[in-house]
Amino acid sequence: MKIIVTAKRVTDYDSKVIPTADGKAINFDNVDFKMNPFCEIAVEEAIRLVDAAGEGEVVVVAMGDEEATQEVRKALAMGAHRGVLVECDESKLDSDAVARMLVKLCQDERPDLLLLGKQAVDGDSNQVGQLVAEHLGWPQATFAYKLSVEGKGATVQREVDGGVETVRLSFPAVITTDLRLNEPRYPSLPNIMKAKKKPLETMSPEDLGVALGAPKVEVVSYGLPSSRKAGQVVDSVATLVSKLVNEAKAL
Amino acid sequence: MQIYKAPIADIRFALESAGYSRVAAFEAFSDYDLDTLMGILDEAGKFCTKEMLALNRTGDQEGVKYDPVTLSVTMPKGFKELYTKFCEGEYASMVHPPEYGGHGAPFTLAFMLSELTTATNKSFSMCPGLTQGLVEALMHYGSDAQKAEYLPRLIRGAVTGTMCLTEPQCGTDLGILTTRATPVEGRAGVYSVTGTKIWITFGEHDLTDNIIHLVLARLPDAPEGIKGISTFLVPKLLADGTRNPVFCGGLEHKMGIHASPTCVINLEGAEGYLVGEPHQGMKVMFKMMNAARLTVGIEGIALSEISYQTALAFAKDRRQMRALDPAKQDLSAKADNILVHPDVRRMLLNVRASTEGMRALSAWIAVHIDVAHSHPDVKVREEAEELVALFTPVVKSYCTERGFWNVSEAMQACGGAGYTTDWSIEQYLRDMRIALIYEGTNHIQALDLIGRKLPSKGGRAMMAFSKRVTDFIRENRDDERMGSIVESVKEASKLLSDITMNTLMAKAARDPEEGGAVASSYLNLFALTAISYLLGQQAKLAHERGGRFGETKLKVIRFFFDKILPEIHSLAAVIRTGKASMMALAEDEI
Ligand SMILES: Cc1cc2nc3c(=O)[nH]c(=O)nc-3n(C[C@H](O)[C@H](O)[C@H](O)COP(=O)(O)OP(=O)(O)OC[C@H]3O[C@@H](n4cnc5c(N)ncnc54)[C@H](O)[C@@H]3O)c2cc1C
Repeated sequence: MKIIVTAKRVTDYDSKVIPTADGKAINFDNVDFKMNPFCEIAVEEAIRLVDAAGEGEVVVVAMGDEEATQEVRKALAMGAHRGVLVECDESKLDSDAVARMLVKLCQDERPDLLLLGKQAVDGDSNQVGQLVAEHLGWPQATFAYKLSVEGKGATVQREVDGGVETVRLSFPAVITTDLRLNEPRYPSLPNIMKAKKKPLETMSPEDLGVALGAPKVEVVSYGLPSSRKAGQVVDSVATLVSKLVNEAKAL
Repeated sequence: MQIYKAPIADIRFALESAGYSRVAAFEAFSDYDLDTLMGILDEAGKFCTKEMLALNRTGDQEGVKYDPVTLSVTMPKGFKELYTKFCEGEYASMVHPPEYGGHGAPFTLAFMLSELTTATNKSFSMCPGLTQGLVEALMHYGSDAQKAEYLPRLIRGAVTGTMCLTEPQCGTDLGILTTRATPVEGRAGVYSVTGTKIWITFGEHDLTDNIIHLVLARLPDAPEGIKGISTFLVPKLLADGTRNPVFCGGLEHKMGIHASPTCVINLEGAEGYLVGEPHQGMKVMFKMMNAARLTVGIEGIALSEISYQTALAFAKDRRQMRALDPAKQDLSAKADNILVHPDVRRMLLNVRASTEGMRALSAWIAVHIDVAHSHPDVKVREEAEELVALFTPVVKSYCTERGFWNVSEAMQACGGAGYTTDWSIEQYLRDMRIALIYEGTNHIQALDLIGRKLPSKGGRAMMAFSKRVTDFIRENRDDERMGSIVESVKEASKLLSDITMNTLMAKAARDPEEGGAVASSYLNLFALTAISYLLGQQAKLAHERGGRFGETKLKVIRFFFDKILPEIHSLAAVIRTGKASMMALAEDEI
């Protein structure tokens, strides 16, 4: 079983991310980076699936500047077998560009499965998995919270509004992971050491035959969410209900 | 509120400044360049923050439970699972030799890691800490058979270790201990051990099935006093799985470390195996204790750091009163952020600058431990070993005393909130306090420094250390960027050698009471001087590094030299007045 899995480098959700003064970009001073938590879940799932299959490999891929090697190494330390870094100018990346490069990688590598996070916690676009599936004409299951492989296909339970939807798809396929799919492991010391010796290939978008032009999505501006208004403490249930009915008009 | 992020950047800087590259250059550690080491610590730090810190408060509130019927101890909820995860991550086995299932990482890694584990869960991390100490002792003094039998399991974490010294009538004075060991007829090396030990950390628990005690006891033909003590391995379960009669008789109720069981251990003719030579037990125990003393010192750094981070988060949010400087007043709010007040900064920086100074010391000692183990040149190994020995009591005592004071200072910066359980600093304060007492009280460390470590081999270690300081001064006195720092290091080191030669040596040699009267102050003087030297080195690196990190570092170092190092003068004044006023009161006047 062969799985390609993504490991996007994103800002750490513990760091405070603020826009630059002109609102055109993000100020990355004093911001930490880490692997997108949904990607981490995808990496964990990929390793478990290949372990369970007893054969195959997990290929982890990241796109961005050289720093993103750290996320590839982290996935290798968790147990992925081989890494690919597509080194490129991050400012040229949007969901479309990432999807086109992943399509090429899938065409070259021919995995049974492409596993991705349902979205990255920085851009929150939630598009890449869907785009790749469409380009390749592969079946897709997004927001997976349970996944079991049977032969050359999988049954996936997806989190949908108000419930769970169960779908079956046959390989090759694209699956994107939701939060509850698994709890990613911490890489153990010996595995961190082993990861240093695992193969990591660096390539350029051109190597993949993809030309990165201007992104299709243009960021007009970034702004902070408006701050929350102060709450109120009410003295009784009756007041609460009356406020909910008359002021908030929530009931 | 539990706030902590592993101080990875400062640890990295401290290791660089302390010359970690020397360690990475050893063939045995060629896989462990600084990047790799920091990568491991970074991952470990995430584990600590997410898994260990999550159980710190609940462990404190729930505490450990004793069942007088089964004589068993139950750890707080989640600790067993945490222990399994901790072992699976192989955090405990990193530095041990591969032939026993370890991973052969440099000792520096374990040392730095212990700061992170202690900061996030001091009670919990004492357990693997003790096991590590036992491994150290067995590695040096265990027979081949003992090593083969116990080391792999201890290193894997399948069993844990304890150190059983203290008895009701003896803590500091181990010479009067009474636990007996009598040879079992027909079984060479096997003894029957009987006695009562108290305050044994992790003496009983449910993290693992078996527990291996290292017990101090007397053989029938033992000479009186400290020269008649031998060391025995006493497992809770024997090789065939039967229960050895070594039972937990109860738990202590205490100020802090509520998730660390402090046990009465009754040995009722328990089977024990001699480690090392008869009557040479203190040697074995000191192997374990020296390692443990250094890690106890780290406890001060660890809890200073988490208290600082907590107080800082509080301060950044808190608005009270107006800035003294009108230009700094934020008129859009009803009050200013408390970071505008000089005294709030004084408190926070007191904690931060001293913590980073102590971390500089711990990184430097860590590097020397690896040099002492692995350097190809025996002379270099010896020098490093002597330096580590000299500094062991200094690290243990200074870092715990300052650490306790730091946690208190962080609490102060938070005002009333600091005293409530909401901010957790009160737990850190309670957890910290014991570190000044166990592993030999801080004063006993000071006596060890002046009585044993300083005079050892004609004062060689102290001279080697002084030479390094003088070399640093000579090499950097013309470096203008260093400003008054080099001058301050020089002043401190002159004061230290003056006090050492003219007060300590001169008076204590004639009158041991004079030594006892000033030892604790002297140890602090020694520590501050050493830290000034190490921060001087850091200042140099910070200049070279530049950038935001380098600039901030230099400001923090400046604070140390302005506001903390001058303590040496009051210490010197206190030392110079000697014992007179302490001994002037008759016993019934006290
Ligand atoms: C929570 C906890 C955990 C512990 N864990 C362990 C453990 O795992 N294993 C173990 O064996 N022990 C353990 N201990 C015991 C601990 O190591 C001792 O408490 C410590 O060594 C001090 O001994 P003591 O309590 O008997 O104090 P004492 O020796 O009675 O000392 C009382 C005071 O007298 C001073 N004093 C004593 N002798 C001198 C001297 N010669 N000169 C000047 N001053 C002196 C001391 O500094 C101290 O201030 C633990 C204790 C606690 C509280």
